Amino acid sequence: MLNFTIRQLGAELAARRVSSVEVAQYFLARANTLGKTLNAFITLDEEKTLARARAADAMLARAGKDGNEAGPLTGVPIAHKDIFCAKGWRTTCGSQMLDNFIAPYDAHVIERFDAAGMVPLGKTNMDEFAMGSSNETSFYGPVRNPWNTETVPGGSSGGSAAAVAARIAPAATGTDTGGSIRQPAALSGVCGLKPTYGVCSRYGMIAFASSLDQAGPFARSAEDLALLLNAMAGFDARDSTSLERAPEDYARDLDKSIAGLRIGLPKEFFADAGGVAPDVARAVEAAIAEFRRLGATVVEVSLPNMHLSVPVYYVLAPAEASSNLSRFDGVRYGYRAPEYSDLLDMYKKTRAQGFGAEVRRRILIGTYVLSHGYYDAYYLQAQKLRRLIANDFIEAFKQCDVILGPTSPTTAFRIGEKSADPVQMYLSDIYTIAVNLAGLPGMSIPCGFDGRGLPVGLQIIGDYFAESRMLNAAHQYQQATDWHTRVPPEVKA
Amino acid sequence: MAFSPDDVARIAHLARIEIEPCDSERTLAQLTGIFGLIEQMQAVDTRGVEPMAHARDVTLRLREDAVTEPDQRAAFQAIAPQVEAGLYLVPKVIE
Repeated sequence: MLNFTIRQLGAELAARRVSSVEVAQYFLARANTLGKTLNAFITLDEEKTLARARAADAMLARAGKDGNEAGPLTGVPIAHKDIFCAKGWRTTCGSQMLDNFIAPYDAHVIERFDAAGMVPLGKTNMDEFAMGSSNETSFYGPVRNPWNTETVPGGSSGGSAAAVAARIAPAATGTDTGGSIRQPAALSGVCGLKPTYGVCSRYGMIAFASSLDQAGPFARSAEDLALLLNAMAGFDARDSTSLERAPEDYARDLDKSIAGLRIGLPKEFFADAGGVAPDVARAVEAAIAEFRRLGATVVEVSLPNMHLSVPVYYVLAPAEASSNLSRFDGVRYGYRAPEYSDLLDMYKKTRAQGFGAEVRRRILIGTYVLSHGYYDAYYLQAQKLRRLIANDFIEAFKQCDVILGPTSPTTAFRIGEKSADPVQMYLSDIYTIAVNLAGLPGMSIPCGFDGRGLPVGLQIIGDYFAESRMLNAAHQYQQATDWHTRVPPEVKA
Repeated sequence: MAFSPDDVARIAHLARIEIEPCDSERTLAQLTGIFGLIEQMQAVDTRGVEPMAHARDVTLRLREDAVTEPDQRAAFQAIAPQVEAGLYLVPKVIE
């Protein structure tokens, strides 16, 4: 069961060769042992998980009778990033501020997976309020990378990535504001996809930077990502930015040949100044060579404003965060400071104690760039540069179908290595942030290892709504290579 | 961008976050470093560029002005720090 893909697991369940309860118990046992070692979960609730598994078994037993239907995901466990509100589950967002918060309702994404019959395995660890690239800002401590437990799994969806890499969960959810699905997927050696902005509803997903936040799946293959996205995507009136589009089957193009696929290689991704580690560059170049063997053609493109994406992001995301996080004031839910003198003092102490250092820092940045006299120089300038960055992609996609490059300039770094210097940490998202600013879909798949045996991620960026084409390219690559099937040496059955 | 301790105090007040005096200097140094990165933006001439607020140009939907949510006050207040008679309690603001 350890290495079953979601499709295989779904088939075993549908054929009744294994029950959903047995599958859930198998993965819960791993979550309780290996999951604890890696600190991948914030909350496990066996009773809730098994209740849902029993319901899935009932659904599978009735399948085909009286018009009852089970889907390809029915009975398959999925771990949810602790940013998604799930009714009755503690939902902390990795913060002391929400340590005692029991969500009173379900996020749309949770509703969708529930409706598909998936079994929630638990809530995964994450950087506090999704602000981080290493999972070290979590109130619940860092997550460890299954490939080397002295290194980070990436962030902010670090627990989800580590759980899938360590075969603790066959699937997981994540969110990606500046790379928080793709970067941990790369550093943990799994597949992760951030859809086009607006494809998945943000309802019930605790907000960080609303114009950038997007939910997406983690799995071990592109094919599994397609199945998960089929369940996850869809219009939801409760998110004002949810897109009203006809449902699509994201698996429809998986088996198509990629002969003639035009791959764009942004020269800025491969320039020496980009600071790509040599092992990462080598693995990415080998992957591009594989795509050419499969019949794809390569064209150089340019994203001349890409170097501005990190500064632009660190104006816009904190600005939106400072507004979104103003709701955490100790009045209606969450943490309240034990001692205070008056209302203002209650707000200030609650927020000083309830938020960790990185979240406080970003709220301060955001407050400053929105404050009187600085708005034009920072916030407005950043919005204008965002336009230029997005336009670069529009130009590039006139010449190519997908863009390939590294997901992250390095492989997993040591726990503590970058935590003292925020700027160094921010720069580790150099290749992912521009995609969020433009609102494009992006994904990361494993494409090799560095000299220390740590995984390297290949980033595939598509034009708006080109998810099925990206998944097609990734799936064809995965038919010809086996990087995505490698298991961390420490992870045993 | 040179921040002063007064700037940090002003921003922290606006953000409603208390900063201990011992943390002020470290916060100042970190913000200065981050704004060193952000200042790269100022080198670009963006005259005539339309600001981009959102990834997709979408028009906000309208809906009927009708009640769509049931009353969940009890459920929501069950997780509040302090409530009484259906009200959220905060320190007295009017003498």
